[in-house]
Amino acid sequence: MSLRIVVTVKYVPDATGDRHFADDLTVDRDDVDGLLSELDEYAVEQALQIAENADDAEITVLTIGPEEAKDALRKALSMGADKAIHVEDDDLHGTDAIGTSLVLAKAIEKAGYDLVISGMASTDGTMGVVPALVAERLGVPQVTLLSEVSVEGGPDGTVKGRRDGDIASEQLQASLPAVVSVTDQSGEARYPSFKGIMAAKKKPVTSWDLDDLDIEAEEVGLEGAYTVVDSATERPARTAGTIVKDEGEGGKQLAEFLAGQKFI
Amino acid sequence: MAEVLVYVDHVDGAVRKPTLELLTLARRIGEPVAVALGAGAADTAATLAEHGAARVLTHDAAEYADYLVVPKVDALQAAYEAVSPAAVLVPSSAEGKEIAARLALRIGSGIITDAVDLEASDEGPVATQSVFAASFTTKSRIAKGAPVITVKPNSAAVEAAPAAGAVEALAVSFSEKATGTKITGRTPRESTGRPELTEAAIVVSGGRGVGGAENFAIVEALADSLGAAVGASRAAVDAGWYPHSSQVGQTGKSVSPQLYIASGISGAIQHRAGMQTSKTIVAINKDAEAPIFDLVDYGVVGDLFDVVPQLTEEVKARKG
Ligand SMILES: Cc1cc2nc3c(=O)[nH]c(=O)nc-3n(C[C@H](O)[C@H](O)[C@H](O)COP(=O)(O)OP(=O)(O)OC[C@H]3O[C@@H](n4cnc5c(N)ncnc54)[C@H](O)[C@@H]3O)c2cc1C
Ligand SMILES: Nc1ncnc2c1ncn2[C@@H]1O[C@H](COP(=O)(O)O)[C@@H](O)[C@H]1O
Repeated sequence: MSLRIVVTVKYVPDATGDRHFADDLTVDRDDVDGLLSELDEYAVEQALQIAENADDAEITVLTIGPEEAKDALRKALSMGADKAIHVEDDDLHGTDAIGTSLVLAKAIEKAGYDLVISGMASTDGTMGVVPALVAERLGVPQVTLLSEVSVEGGPDGTVKGRRDGDIASEQLQASLPAVVSVTDQSGEARYPSFKGIMAAKKKPVTSWDLDDLDIEAEEVGLEGAYTVVDSATERPARTAGTIVKDEGEGGKQLAEFLAGQKFI
Repeated sequence: MAEVLVYVDHVDGAVRKPTLELLTLARRIGEPVAVALGAGAADTAATLAEHGAARVLTHDAAEYADYLVVPKVDALQAAYEAVSPAAVLVPSSAEGKEIAARLALRIGSGIITDAVDLEASDEGPVATQSVFAASFTTKSRIAKGAPVITVKPNSAAVEAAPAAGAVEALAVSFSEKATGTKITGRTPRESTGRPELTEAAIVVSGGRGVGGAENFAIVEALADSLGAAVGASRAAVDAGWYPHSSQVGQTGKSVSPQLYIASGISGAIQHRAGMQTSKTIVAINKDAEAPIFDLVDYGVVGDLFDVVPQLTEEVKARKG
């Protein structure tokens, strides 16, 4: 039996661009160039490595997002994933983490899976909670925030990994099916090869809407959101400070400043 | 008065500082009821009482140490059902966020993560968050269910507010899913003897400009002269010069100290995301064009190998 891996990837506004909010206080996804969240590249990479070490495996990349989110899928396909699912529906606009986890869980179940791999956090929302929520919904173990991961024994096997926490580094183990998330310490993501980019153009991308997933519009989107953003204010630029060139006394001048601020 | 559940982060009964900050915020919304789990849970009570916990619900079982996250969710849910609180506050650690999110889903509530401030309002608690690498500040509420909110370290002052702190045993029955992810081994992080990075009043960080693992001694010497924690950029961590647990930024720790000193760090957006809300920012960099200088209150354009040791000597001299 083939090991079915589903990788959840998000299409996000470029962090080096001028990110801002739209009038309805959702993340503006129109004015800033988007891309595959860099932290999800690590998830695709680990999926590829697990697949390479398995007898037989198939990788599906899954995203929820606007039309342009297909770019993120295409990138993951060109890295080497086998096929893609794009969940797109106008009613999804403004969906929060709770709603996102519902849509992902339904889509993952419909696709069929033994292993779900996510990134540690999206680079726009940076909540880092969606993998735990998806595990809760699917009722399978969460093996999250791994800086090292491996799978043994195919679809009925086990997943092992190392989670580097605040207080300790932990070795984790769970039986499949399971939800995994990986950190940016898990290993550099590969660049798509020219061959990979060409091959990706022929790989299948399936589109699903809310009907396909038996989800009601009220359960998701801005209306269904469990959280309300009342205001978003641009942080005032920090007022220009004093900048001095070191002419031999730079350390002393800095000390003088720190003393003036009562740090010394 | 409405009760507010506060999830206690502690190590063998020693309460970590962010939990005490949560008690300060919880008191703005209602009466804090603390939930402490695992080995040493009951030992937390005295400290929690001093900082305003009216009740301390405790439970210990092997499951908390042997399995990931879910046993704690089961216990927090049991506490939620026993107390029917107006809100649930959890420290914003990686684990705290996962526990909070799963609880929110189970009790039909929304989740707000990484709040940096919290106020009461007629429509429930309003959380302030810093988003897009701290270039925006948002105010949010939870629209459905009891608000579940995780709060970042250094978001409020620790205040003495003596309360009863009555210890009560929490009844917990673990779900079948609780034992899904086994923790088969644990290597404790070695203590550096320096303040905890996220809790420190002063953080001194080094980046690629430091140029090597051995040179971090310069950064450490400055940190020690100021009683500060040591941080590092991802470039320094990826080069293997400093441990990942000290990384500041989007995929490392986010810090908000009174004073942040960056040496040999360019100030990439992902680094700024983790330090931009620091009160006072100081940088030493030999490139006058480095973006970090856009953020600073005081910057020195110079070689860190000259400036940092001179600063350290001067701090030591002034402190006597
Ligand atoms: C998804 C993602 C997540 C990331 N997460 C993080 C994160 O959490 N934290 C993080 O820090 N980065 C993160 N990064 C990386 C980030 O983009 C930068 O690459 C990194 O912060 C650069 O580190 P640096 O400033 O130390 O190095 P550089 O950018 O190389 O800067 C080194 C600086 O040192 C100065 N310098 C050199 N020698 C000296 C000297 N002798 N004296 C004084 N100055 C000197 C140079 O002028 C230069 O400005 C992330 C990137 C991505 C894509
Ligand atoms: N819209 C989405 N589509 C697909 N995957 C997502 C989406 N949002 C979040 N994820 C996944 O969940 C992880 C954590 O996201 P977050 O909890 O939003 O920080 C990401 O790294 C993705 O793997």
